Amino acid sequence: MSNIGSYEQRLQGFDWAYAREVLGWSEGELQNIGHMCSDRICARGHADKTALIWEGFGDAKASYTFDDLRVLSNGFAKMLQDRGVAPGDRVCLFMDKVPALYVSFLGVLKMGGIAQPLFSAFGDDSLEVRLASAETKAILTTQKHVKKVRKILDKLPALEHIVVVEGNPAKLKEGEVFFDMAENRVDDFDCFASGPETPSVLHYTSGTTGQPKGAQHVHDSVWGQALTAHWVLDLQDDDVYWCTADPGWVTGTSYGIIGPWVLGVTQCVLDSGFTSARWYRFVQDNKVTVWYSAPTAIRSLMRDGDDLVKQHDLSSLRHLASVGEPLNAEAVVWSEQVFGKPFLDTFWQTETGAMMITNYPGLKVKPGSMGKPFPGITAAVLDLKTNVPVGEPGTVGLIAFRPGWPSMFREYRNQHDVYRSKFVGAADDATPDQLRTDPGLWYVSGDRASVDADGYYWFVGRDDDVINTGGHLVGPFEIESALIEHEAIAEAAVVGKPDEVNMEVVKAFVTLHKGFEFDDMLELDVMNFIRKSLSPLAMPQEIEVMDKLPKTRSGKILRRYLRAIEWGEEAGDLSTLEDD
Amino acid sequence: MDEMKEAVLEYVIDEYVDEDDDEEVGVDTPLISSGIVDSFSMVSLKVFLEKKYQISLPDSEATPEAFDTVNSICDLVNKHLG
Repeated sequence: MSNIGSYEQRLQGFDWAYAREVLGWSEGELQNIGHMCSDRICARGHADKTALIWEGFGDAKASYTFDDLRVLSNGFAKMLQDRGVAPGDRVCLFMDKVPALYVSFLGVLKMGGIAQPLFSAFGDDSLEVRLASAETKAILTTQKHVKKVRKILDKLPALEHIVVVEGNPAKLKEGEVFFDMAENRVDDFDCFASGPETPSVLHYTSGTTGQPKGAQHVHDSVWGQALTAHWVLDLQDDDVYWCTADPGWVTGTSYGIIGPWVLGVTQCVLDSGFTSARWYRFVQDNKVTVWYSAPTAIRSLMRDGDDLVKQHDLSSLRHLASVGEPLNAEAVVWSEQVFGKPFLDTFWQTETGAMMITNYPGLKVKPGSMGKPFPGITAAVLDLKTNVPVGEPGTVGLIAFRPGWPSMFREYRNQHDVYRSKFVGAADDATPDQLRTDPGLWYVSGDRASVDADGYYWFVGRDDDVINTGGHLVGPFEIESALIEHEAIAEAAVVGKPDEVNMEVVKAFVTLHKGFEFDDMLELDVMNFIRKSLSPLAMPQEIEVMDKLPKTRSGKILRRYLRAIEWGEEAGDLSTLEDD
Repeated sequence: MDEMKEAVLEYVIDEYVDEDDDEEVGVDTPLISSGIVDSFSMVSLKVFLEKKYQISLPDSEATPEAFDTVNSICDLVNKHLG
């Protein structure tokens, strides 16, 4: 029997307070996610239960109980407190998926800090933009990644503490400190008395214009994350759960840390490069029961064929779900054929903090559909021109939600106007608190969809120029800004182009400065330049040189036109195109 | 070590391994499965091979397994040179 039972019945008289019931929560308990994911689980009699099974490259393995989580996260919390990091300070977590990442996340929250996880493959430019925006006070990293911090340190006046949590202490530079979590178990720590609206996690997300924006979440998000993990992921006491996402992205924190651990569920982590065989072996060896992954990975598994599946015992799997980008119907059908159950698509985003439109155990799956809104979520598809909910099934519009769900982001850090612009109908002087609680507004997600006659949502695409590559959003502006830093490039426009596995990949159109000839080696040099300064995700997989970029008469580059060419679509109204 | 292995190894070290990294990278060192080269970065490695050796590597063969070591990369390149 699934946790949700009947989706239709759960819609009747839904109340978010049910999440408290699921957790056995009593009024007056400390609402601090770090505490709730470790101390509270121990206090409820599960101190010896395995919380984390970790495997790295080769034969590296480790296992931690909930009591280990408790005392080790206390160690991080105390260390940060002792160093003068105060509640509300941003603490960046910049490391691979090593155990210290998961434990320190809880530690930061326990001492009242704001956890700012960043994808460890970010280059120094991407790192600098995000640390500068957040005025990050401390960064926890590893010897492997600290060199990127060193390169940008003089541009980050707010960054006072560089703590290296893994590697060789002898390799540290002046001003850096080494912290070995295993040697710093702290039995008692007085957790910060956070409340529902205390900031918890800061995740950066890309937009069409400007640099990435910091979506600020609060400790109240836990109810949304707990209940969706309970009903959609169907996490149960004896599960072994595997979320393949990196905590540098929101899935990796909402469902790779908070969701499972607040429910006291064992989860496992594989910190090793992707190969299908390695993943199947990981499922087999750890007897994974619930698997939450991404379409890009699923399509890669699919590409590697059914024989590989048959070579492994994957009979432990009982429930599969997917996130990051639309899951195509073929992948749903394939997973049902080879695993005996389909991957259920879930839709949400950094800003929503938790699942919004999803498929559910027991609810009929329409392959290729996003599913239906989570109970308690009022969703709609808004007309593209009038912003009024469309009436006719199948009409494409903007996916929007009535504000007020618990895990909703509370602000874009220092960008109040951008935050307000996400709400249709908002008054110019509306405060963030008014925006997030006004039931008359619509929060617009930036994605387009249609709804069929049965109430199922069908994803159509982004409503802006943001590129979704392998489930990660990449902002064209950030890449274009980096491209013109290359000595050969005069102008740049970046769009997504279709890709069988990653849905989209980055394609760059550029013009060159005089004196430069475009050849294979220059193309490779530009690709590597972006890969190192931003990230492998942002690296153009194709670069096309043009004599001039298409622009409006006012000089704005027409990405829309370039994208339409890549996707074989109509370019639409080009009346504003600059004359040749 | 033959010339191709030397060239590919040199490119991998130059582009993917930081100067002060402790790890020694050789022709048998796992690249993809160890995380030295991630799947997105494989594209630039593929472009390098195609341009340097004037070959075309089909996506179906440019798999993480085929790119996992300098040795396996050179096997793939040699197959297409032949």
